[in-house]
Amino acid sequence: MSVKLTTRQVGDVTVVDVAGRITLGEGSATVRDAMRDMVSKSQKKILLNLGEVSYIDSSGIGELVSGFTTVTNSGGALKLLNLNKRVKDLLQITKLYTVFDVHDDEASAIRSFN
Amino acid sequence: MQENASHKPEEVEQFLESTLESVDAAEELAVGMAQRAGLDEDELMKVGMAIRESMVNAVVHGNRYNANKKVRFSVSTDTERLVVQVGDEGEGFDFNSIPDPLAPENLMRTSGRGIFLIRSFMDDFQMRHLENGGTEVTLVKNLVSK
Repeated sequence: MSVKLTTRQVGDVTVVDVAGRITLGEGSATVRDAMRDMVSKSQKKILLNLGEVSYIDSSGIGELVSGFTTVTNSGGALKLLNLNKRVKDLLQITKLYTVFDVHDDEASAIRSFN
Repeated sequence: MQENASHKPEEVEQFLESTLESVDAAEELAVGMAQRAGLDEDELMKVGMAIRESMVNAVVHGNRYNANKKVRFSVSTDTERLVVQVGDEGEGFDFNSIPDPLAPENLMRTSGRGIFLIRSFMDDFQMRHLENGGTEVTLVKNLVSK
């Protein structure tokens, strides 16, 4: 399995549950396409739940950055939820941890959009 | 890191197709050897990622997915070190041209973190130009704490 995305709405926040591997190829492309789709539909509040992400490489990190920039430039906000140690360590090493708004609890993450 | 005194040295050399499947295969092979050599889960993750990034560079940037070009991949372990070499048949590049992904002007770039992550995760990392114009990288992970 590469990556599986499940989208749900919690009020006006789009929560995307991401499971699997966000690596160069199918995984990163799927995340990229999903981000573009949401932006094209003017979804302004996007919460990526990365709790079930088993692996992410530098391409996957790049897609998170790209999504963040695209959503932000369109007037929206993209936030991250449930980072496991691997993803958290990568974001910290690459100095991106403080760029993203990262949450450990979905309810508080949803509230933070308002 | 666990010192594995009973670890039997291993050495593998392969010539792989320039595909993303080769990236997966190389990572899996090397992580298996690293595990048998006694590296713990955290170190295995780091080694796996470093090898993945090296292979992606060779396949994507070096050989550009060219079906006529191969990636030379070798892994060896002894009692002290795991050594990985990845060589491509590309045109090479200026090693001094690699931008710093941590520089403020580069932080939000969508690419350019691969070599930085390799250096972060391995104990030693070297690059050299090959006579045929390609690039070879050597990654070293110490198996015994120094």
